[in-house]
Amino acid sequence: MAEIQDKLLTHIATLARLSLSTEETTSLAHDLAEILKYAASLETIDLAGVPPMSHATEGERFRPDEPTHDLTREQALQNAPDQDSGLFRVPQVIGG
Amino acid sequence: MSALTSLGMGEIAAAIKAKKASASEVVEAHLSRISSKDVSIGAFLARADDAARGEAKEIDARIAKGEDPGVLAGVPIAIKDVIHVKGFPTTCGSKILNRFATPYDATVIRRLRSAGAIVLGKLNMDEFAMGSSNENSAFGPVKNPWDLTRVPGGSSGGSAAAVSAGFAAMTLGSDTGGSIRQPAAFCGVVGLKPTYGRVSRYGLVAFASSLDQIGPLTRSCADAALSLSVIAGQDVHDATSSPRPVDDYAAALHAPTKGLRVGVPRDFLKTGVEPGVMAEFDKTISALKADGAEIVDVALPNAPHAIATYYLVATAEASSNLARFDGVRYGLRTDSATARATLKDMYGETRDAGFGPEVKRRIVLGTFVLSSGYYDAYYLRAQKVRTLIRRDFETAFASCDVIATPTTPSPAFKLGEKTANPLEMYLADVFTVPANLAGVPGISVPCGLSNGLPVGVQFVGPVFEEATLLRAGRAVERLMGMSAAPTGI
Repeated sequence: MAEIQDKLLTHIATLARLSLSTEETTSLAHDLAEILKYAASLETIDLAGVPPMSHATEGERFRPDEPTHDLTREQALQNAPDQDSGLFRVPQVIGG
Repeated sequence: MSALTSLGMGEIAAAIKAKKASASEVVEAHLSRISSKDVSIGAFLARADDAARGEAKEIDARIAKGEDPGVLAGVPIAIKDVIHVKGFPTTCGSKILNRFATPYDATVIRRLRSAGAIVLGKLNMDEFAMGSSNENSAFGPVKNPWDLTRVPGGSSGGSAAAVSAGFAAMTLGSDTGGSIRQPAAFCGVVGLKPTYGRVSRYGLVAFASSLDQIGPLTRSCADAALSLSVIAGQDVHDATSSPRPVDDYAAALHAPTKGLRVGVPRDFLKTGVEPGVMAEFDKTISALKADGAEIVDVALPNAPHAIATYYLVATAEASSNLARFDGVRYGLRTDSATARATLKDMYGETRDAGFGPEVKRRIVLGTFVLSSGYYDAYYLRAQKVRTLIRRDFETAFASCDVIATPTTPSPAFKLGEKTANPLEMYLADVFTVPANLAGVPGISVPCGLSNGLPVGVQFVGPVFEEATLLRAGRAVERLMGMSAAPTGI
């Protein structure tokens, strides 16, 4: 089992796009360590030849991929924090 | 509770159609009760009283013209705030969605409205359906109508409390690891989690897509049967919704107990169940036996691993699903203090400001178990254990029709009692999580009281056997005579 140190947690938070405070990082590192310690019980199970289960369905049923017009452009944009000319506007994408 | 706010759904629709009561009177009675009692409960996050009054008038006008508005004509319902209802916000109990105007109805809402139901409002919940006490809501906790110092359970805490308190005849919840059944048990109402794929998830904000299901919370199994008959069925907007025909759930309520094989996994129940809960459970099993049920010993050897499995699988899916809350298309955006802030800075700051502690905990755990170097050890391993848990059910159902357990190890706990220890909170779902992992249906039905607090019995059945669960649940109602009237308000 990996030990969740603050450094690793900072890396995970970067992947998850969360700007955590130092206090949050320390507190979450502690919680994750506890949860993963609990989850270590799964290591005792013999899983040889057991396939992973990703779905509880009989299989997905796909409809034809045809465009519909359930939402207008205005409806799709109505909740946007920032928009311009019918588009979502975001801060600069490349770091400066 | 006034007469109109204690009636069952079928009774309300019948009374309105027979013009013994108008839909307007029914809606007014419920709005009045909400206005006077929800101050102490906190179940509603949003109401639309005038819209509800308008819909009631329409129902009454249609009846006056001799039309049939549907099987739920004038039945007042309320909806967990994770399901889209046009005309209401959808907050998911989170600050990150606090300004979201819902552009469309979820499929379940479209079906309920077509059947004549009237939506009174949106209900409080743990943020993004993550929690077992409703204390993770960004808009404050909900109180249990049986005891205002206790939690209603979660994550559908507002849904369970509202039905228990007589604010609505039925509410919808969502259940990813027990979020319908556990609060139903805590508040003394019926909560049904259908088979994965039985009810369309279109318009449900996703938490863990392979586990989530929408289901009803009601004051009786008859109401659960009626609700499911309206919301179940295939939907072109949800590729996982099943094309199987929808059973006649109402008919199942009249099936005799005799011949019903009830499996009891005694080994799984050995640890952690409070004596008061175990006593009510044992009484229920004895009553079922005396009424003609065959009680069978079954084993679920991998079920004790379900909580660990669940918290690896569900958080992985959640970390992916919640990536969409990024301050671009909807919801909160936090403007950075630095002038040269980039898109990435905005993402991080918005999400840190918008998500509460439990949601961040789960996003971080889920991101970790999916990350390079840890995927096989955690996520893949958990998916394999999930296979074993499903196989346990398949084996058990060869010798029984339903599996019975207490819904929860304890009755409703005190507000604040478990907030300091996330793991302890997670263990409140020990008996409900296995059904989600296996994709099978489960129901919680009130079966007694322990120190004045409701205790629920849970029945879990094979896939698409909701009718059998309702048959067992109705038997418990008949045999145990549990009153659904709460004592705290």
